[in-house]
Amino acid sequence: MIIAKLKPFDEIKEMLEDYRKILVLGCGSCVAVCMAGGEKEAGLLTTQLQMAFELDKSGKTVETITILRQCDREYIEEVKEKLGQYDAILSIACGVGVQFTAEVLDGTKILLPGLNTTFLGATAEPGTWVERCLACGDCVLDETGGVCPVTMCSKSLMNGPCGGHEEGKCEVERTRDCGWVLIYERLKKLNKLDLLKTFKGPKNYGAVKRPDKIIHEAYQPVAVEKEEAKDKK
Amino acid sequence: MSFCCQFCAYSAADLAGSLRLQYPPNVRIVRLLCSGKVDALHILNAFKEGWDGVFVAGCLEGECHFLTGNLHAKQWVNYSKKLLKDIGLEPERLEMFNMSAAMGTKFADTVREMTERIKKLGPSPLRKGGKTVVKK
Repeated sequence: MIIAKLKPFDEIKEMLEDYRKILVLGCGSCVAVCMAGGEKEAGLLTTQLQMAFELDKSGKTVETITILRQCDREYIEEVKEKLGQYDAILSIACGVGVQFTAEVLDGTKILLPGLNTTFLGATAEPGTWVERCLACGDCVLDETGGVCPVTMCSKSLMNGPCGGHEEGKCEVERTRDCGWVLIYERLKKLNKLDLLKTFKGPKNYGAVKRPDKIIHEAYQPVAVEKEEAKDKK
Repeated sequence: MSFCCQFCAYSAADLAGSLRLQYPPNVRIVRLLCSGKVDALHILNAFKEGWDGVFVAGCLEGECHFLTGNLHAKQWVNYSKKLLKDIGLEPERLEMFNMSAAMGTKFADTVREMTERIKKLGPSPLRKGGKTVVKK
């Protein structure tokens, strides 16, 4: 899932300086799981802002709505009319959600980001999330025992480890595990150490053309047959 | 406002009553199944409604009936203190205490301690008739 982190409160408050009627728009998917932008977090931020504005005697109002996903048009459309009532919308979705909501609203309302989107990750333990994928578009996990060298190696080496690892730790940061030692340990467990003997060529970093677009094969544009038109004649 | 675990602080409050211990009557006790149930939103809402101070009371560390509920409460209290600081309210208005069901005296002392602390800080600026906040 996409992992994000709430921006510092002062930064959020500064962003809202010019607006009086504010809506905190939560997103009930990835950012709800990573406790950054779900219904509960939207409620907390709203309460915090309401209290701060009351202390400032600024007369600003803050309300909140949370939709299931801000990266799906249908969920935004459901609340589109309501969103029109506010001066500004503080979206606490990931960067995708903020941009897509802004796209659907098409310049009718200003969208402000409440989160900093950080990485694609997994839940290591309650309250802790770890990065596991860089979305490189050219997966090699079959060759590395399910440990990604692009993400887990600080240098994204395709043939590691480098000479900088010490007792399984990375030279970039000694608290960080060496990705290639993790790969070695995993392959050893799987009894597939021979996979390390094959040299991997340069990685295709052009596999994803940014900004990329994917159209599912079942949704490829088709040529419309003109037979129907002929029949009508 | 106090959020009390039913296995310890809530029973301690009961005991304080049975022992006829005197403590300030300005505390409102909310019973929880475990102090770990307390959430930052509960705490913030209490302050938003104008309560001058909030404390959460759970079992002694290592003695939670749900193993780590009281430690979890401690984490949320610490986080909520940061949230209060962000908006310009004194984090000292919020505190976490640990006690057992046999500590009726400790409960009375806790209420007294919190009351004294809040008296020094003055009424919450979010309460009607509260002091004016000086912006930092």
